[in-house]
This record gives sequence, structure tokens and C-alpha cells, in this order.
Amino acid sequence: MVTNLAIVLPANSDNIGIWIAAFLTLCIYSFLYKDNPFYKFAEYLFVGVSAGYWVARQYHNSLIPNLWNKLVIDHNFLYIIPGLLGIMMLMRLIPGVAWISRWAISFVVGMSAGINIIANLQGNAIAQIRGSIVPLWSGDILTSIYNWVLLIGVVCGLMYFFFSIEHKGFFGGVSRVGIWFLMVSFGASFGYTIMARISLLIGRMQFLLGDWLQVIRM
Amino acid sequence: MKREFPMLITVIAGLGYLLFYFIPHWPFNLIGEMFQSWVIVISAFAILLGVGSLIKVHGDRISRKTEGWPYSIILLSGVFITAILGIWKGVDVGTPFDYIFRYFYSPMGSTMFSLLAFFIASAAFRAFRAQSREATMLLVAAFFVMLGRVPIGELIWEGFPKIASWLMNFPTTAGQRAIMIGAALGVVSTSIKILIGIDKSYLGGD
Repeated sequence: MVTNLAIVLPANSDNIGIWIAAFLTLCIYSFLYKDNPFYKFAEYLFVGVSAGYWVARQYHNSLIPNLWNKLVIDHNFLYIIPGLLGIMMLMRLIPGVAWISRWAISFVVGMSAGINIIANLQGNAIAQIRGSIVPLWSGDILTSIYNWVLLIGVVCGLMYFFFSIEHKGFFGGVSRVGIWFLMVSFGASFGYTIMARISLLIGRMQFLLGDWLQVIRM
Repeated sequence: MKREFPMLITVIAGLGYLLFYFIPHWPFNLIGEMFQSWVIVISAFAILLGVGSLIKVHGDRISRKTEGWPYSIILLSGVFITAILGIWKGVDVGTPFDYIFRYFYSPMGSTMFSLLAFFIASAAFRAFRAQSREATMLLVAAFFVMLGRVPIGELIWEGFPKIASWLMNFPTTAGQRAIMIGAALGVVSTSIKILIGIDKSYLGGD
């Protein structure tokens, strides 16, 4: 009997962590049959552990170096202001004084707006427009055709997002070509998403069959 | 006061950062760097606010014994055990927090997302029925990209990787660029509306 158990249980069965991870993995996959208490258990535990994970991470990565150390080690008392604004943000949880959180939210929104103007103009709009200005005759017929495809795709795609003119007639045709390019783009993204999910699934199967049951070698 | 002062804070924070960007000299460089550091602290509190809200909602569920309340106990146990161990014992390799990350958080996260592989298959079936020209284009692009990016695609036909590369380099890049430029212009216009006080939706009601 003991010999049989030794065959059933893998060598690293003493590693409780692997057993826990395998149990939680199977709990989540049980949802493929239907919603059940095992799945719900893992789902709620995942949400709770995720929230706790981010609390600990923010404490060590943001609050200690950027607030505590600045106040206590550097004696930079200007950092009382973000500390107070942070506490004001937590006032959102108290209904009577929830409005106080607006001060902190306003600071974050204002900063985000300032950063977004620069980052989006520089990093997205201008960089992408610059990247789209390509030679339409490069000396090589194929390269030239491909560059035309790129330019037509960008212009027609942008036309599709221009809603100040009704999409009919010539403009409607141009925006329709834009939709085709967007669809190809979405198709490629969809393909990549499927591949990423399948890759995660393979990873979990390798864990279950390799790390846990040890029926496959990696 | 409840709305005007927050709007003033928004303008000061936003313009402070813009001035720092365009005039990177004293005193704007100091103000800009300080504001950037402040926003990291306040954003950390925003995450604490989210977790606080989660605790409040599930605490209410437990106290009112609403349907499924025992699961809320599991959720709150997860929050408190992970957060307390992480804050108390640290987050380095070999700590209890690291153990929770490796054997709870990471496997559950991967499994949750891998679960989508099954559901995305049914979504793909619906999308791939090619009921219109646009759906057909989506189908064809996804088909070539998937087969062109895995070794079996090249074994079937060596043209698959080439077609996938061309699709990625030209039509897909064009589509992505159109989306990025459009979204960037939208974000910039919304940000300007916030800074000049036209958009006040972030202040909420009353």
C-alpha cells in the first residue's frame, strides 16, 4: 500500500506550495464544467490576494521611499502635502466628508492631464505621423506599393474617426477603406490574443503534468 | 468652495507640469519634479482607497449575511493575510509574501487568463463565421497571423510567415497608427478641456 502511494505521489509531494497551486488551478478550471463553489472559492481568494498584494507593493515601492523616507530621513516637510492629500483621498470612504477627496483627485487629474498632453502628442500623435511619412517612390516597385498601402491605411483610418462630416459619398468610401484596415488590424490583435491565452494554457498544463504530477519532463 | 478649489488645484497641477516640460529651469524644474513625486504618493493612496472600498463592500456583505457571504470572508482573509505579511515581513524573495505570490497569486492569475483560451475559442467561432466583408477580413488576418507566427505554420507552407510579417508591417501598422493618432488627439483635447475647466465630470455630483 505504501509502495502504491509512493508511485501515486510525486517526489516533491512534500512541497505544499505546489499542491496548493495545483488545487487552486483545478478549482479555477472547474468553471469549464459550470459555476461551482470551488471556482467561487478560488475567484474570491484571487481577488483578495491581488488586493493585498497591491497594498504591500504600494507600501514598499511608493509610500516608504516617496513619503516616509522624504519626511523622516530627508526632513523634507513639503511632503506633508501629498501625505495629507492621500489621507483626503481616503475620506471618500466616509459618506459625510467624501467631497474632501476631490482635492486629491483634482491633483491627480490635473497632473495626468498635463502629462497626457505631452506624452500623447510626443509619443503617439507626432511620432506616428512622422513614421507614416514614407517615400511613395523608393526606386523599388514593391517597397513603393507597400508604402502606399501604409499611407492610404493611416489616412483612411483617420478619416473613419472624423465624425464632423457625414460618412457618405466619397468620404463614406474613404472611411469604408479605413474600416477594412482597422479590421485587419483587429484580426491581427485577435490572433495574438488567442496565441497569448493558448500559451498561458500550455504553461498551466506543463505545471500540472510536470511540476505537480511529474508525468512529463521539461 | 467644494468645486472651485479642486478646479484650481487641477489647473495648478496641470500647468505646473506643462511649465516644467517647456521651461526645465529653476523654479519650474523643482516644482515639476516635486509634483511628479507627489502624484506617486497620492496614486498609492488611490490604490489603498480601492482596497478600502473592497473591504467595506465585503464587510457589509458579511454583517448583513447576504447571499454568498462566506466567500467574502475568504476574500477579506486573502486581503489581510497578504497585506499584513507583505508589510510586516517584506516582499523580498524567500519571505511569506513571496510564497503567497508564487503559489497563490501567480498560478491563479495565469489560470484565470488561460481560462479565456476556451471562451475566446467560442468568440472566434462567432467572429469567424464571416458573415460580412469586414468579418472576413478579420478572419483572414487572424488566420494568417496565427499560422505565420508558430513553427507549424512554416511547416505547412513557408509562405505563411512572410504573409504574416507583411500583414503586421503594413495594413496592421496602418490601422494601429490610425487608432493611436486618433486616440492621442482625443486624449489631448480632453486634457485641455479639463485644464481650462470645460470638463468637470471628474468632480462628480453635488
